[in-house]
Amino acid sequence: MMLLLLRRLGQMLFVMFGISVLAFAIFFATPGSDPSARIAGRNAAPETLIQVRHDFGLDRPLPVQYVLLMKRLFVTGDLTSFVNRGQKVVPEIIAATPVTLSLVLGAALLWIVAAGVIGTLAAATRGSWLDRGLMIAGLIGVSMPVYWLGSVLNLFAQSRMHDSLLFSWVPPLGYIPLSEDPFGWFKTLVIPWFTLAVLYAGLYGRILRGALIESLQEDYIRTARAKGLSESRILLRHALRCSLISVVTLFGLDFGALVGGGALLAEVVFALPGIGKLTFDALQTLDLPVIMATVIYASFFIVASNAVVDIAYGFIEPRMRDA
Amino acid sequence: MPESRELLLSVRELSVSFRTRSGIVHAVDRLSFDLRQGEVLGVVGESGSGKSVSMLAVMGLVTDPNAIVQGSIVFRGQELVGTAEKRMRAMRGRDIAMIFQDPMTALTPVYTVGWQIVEQIQAHQPLSKKAARLQARELLGAVGMPNPDAQLDRFPHQLSGGMRQRAVIAMALACRPALLIADEPTTALDVTVQAQILEVLDHMRKTIGSAVILITHDMGVVAELADRVMVMYAGRAAETGTASDLFNDPWHPYTWGLLGSIPPLSGPKPRRLLSIAGAPPSLVHLPDGCAFAPRCPSRFELCSKRPALSGVLEHDAACFLDEDARVLARPAMATDGAGP
Repeated sequence: MMLLLLRRLGQMLFVMFGISVLAFAIFFATPGSDPSARIAGRNAAPETLIQVRHDFGLDRPLPVQYVLLMKRLFVTGDLTSFVNRGQKVVPEIIAATPVTLSLVLGAALLWIVAAGVIGTLAAATRGSWLDRGLMIAGLIGVSMPVYWLGSVLNLFAQSRMHDSLLFSWVPPLGYIPLSEDPFGWFKTLVIPWFTLAVLYAGLYGRILRGALIESLQEDYIRTARAKGLSESRILLRHALRCSLISVVTLFGLDFGALVGGGALLAEVVFALPGIGKLTFDALQTLDLPVIMATVIYASFFIVASNAVVDIAYGFIEPRMRDA
Repeated sequence: MPESRELLLSVRELSVSFRTRSGIVHAVDRLSFDLRQGEVLGVVGESGSGKSVSMLAVMGLVTDPNAIVQGSIVFRGQELVGTAEKRMRAMRGRDIAMIFQDPMTALTPVYTVGWQIVEQIQAHQPLSKKAARLQARELLGAVGMPNPDAQLDRFPHQLSGGMRQRAVIAMALACRPALLIADEPTTALDVTVQAQILEVLDHMRKTIGSAVILITHDMGVVAELADRVMVMYAGRAAETGTASDLFNDPWHPYTWGLLGSIPPLSGPKPRRLLSIAGAPPSLVHLPDGCAFAPRCPSRFELCSKRPALSGVLEHDAACFLDEDARVLARPAMATDGAGP
């Protein structure tokens, strides 16, 4: 188990290095284009171009440029945005991360619990009207775009029915840090959590149901029945436990992508200043240092969450521990 | 001898059928048999003859919503067909246990062997985890697991096939069931391991005193362990009797075919082994009369009616051939080789 952990962490560092080189190459070593012009933004003054060239060491060899960039990203953290007149990029990302993490963690908790209930109930009553109803509800959830559902909820919660008992507690759009006002933090995030979770709960519920039904055909389920165990114990301790792998795999990918900026739609709709919103704004102004930094941040997060998933495999599936 | 022992299980006119798209499949067709305490009954027949399904019905584990179970299964004076699931569940694993063919897939892969045996013990006995674990350790020792302490914490995939089957046997016998149903317990194992597992099974049933229903298609296994044998064909009992009855004086032409398909250990080797002509009947369209008649070299007019099991001294066959006819017909079948 310890070996698995160490090896996986080593692999992770290696992949992260590879990604950073690739991201660097895309922005700085694309043939036939001048990176300083892109970093400086549209219609930049010649003095700015010179400053950029000096700042990023663009007159020096590529490996030196790479090391300089990494130093500014991870060591000194003083990568500067030229479009936004000297705004520091790294603090911006650090400020945006807790927003995105709050949004995605809460939504993830919600959708995992909901999907667990939906999938288990549907599998236990497969073929019944309850199973069909849950699967149709799941399909509807999957089919509703986040921006649409979010806008509709905003319409009701913020204006149309804001004075009704149902929505009078809803604070205005925006983000309240957890450290400042925990209850306010919770209240601003409830609707975004729900919006994001609806999509994934339907998807995960359907996948879990499929995995459970497959597990229930296995020989060890027959053995468990022959042992005289109760149906609920067979379903939860044996079938569900063995179906976790497929859900965990998917979760690692989705979670990583969402934290890495995939929650952009929800962040924009609910005016949450997270990583997705940051990327979105940077793309609109073509703010290259910010884009570069968010790309590297996002890819690192996906790699990290995949590593966590692989380590979780070791706990869930004993056959992986010896591999 | 068996006669003196008390009756444990009595199955009468048991039928299991499945509704399918192509019609009703009669997997078990009015099957009757008895089992006494501590007795070993070998159930023999080819694939699809209803061996496994009939025993799953005894366990109350025919869970297919399209299955219909009819007839009567009386276990220790209690009718099992139609018994509430909750009562059945309490008996399963405690009074009647079952082990399955493939030990590779019979254990839940994510739990240790010890955990699964403890689960079995705690499902039926109010024991603490510690006491149950101690008992599990003892059981593993009893089934001949080397170093049982270490094996408790190992996962199924870390054990060999033979070890796993030992663990499965230990788990099935954890609550000292009165009846153990073993569904081809050695079929998936190496030949060298098969003998060991049979030995463990025999040793354990003697210590615990369980009756065993041994489902197999291996006549050698039957010869070694079984007190009595039931030969099944197309969901019906073709012949029942003591093991020596069946091996020394088989009555039913299907039994002749089964025995003829084993290469003899001594004497001249046959040029080719006997095979039974034709294929097993479709269970959707069974013939009205004897199910074996279409493949039987000795069939005659009477065979268009369904024969009842009849005989003397617990040796019964579902066949209309009388003793004289058998004496004439059996050698004819052996020399014909391929039947009619």
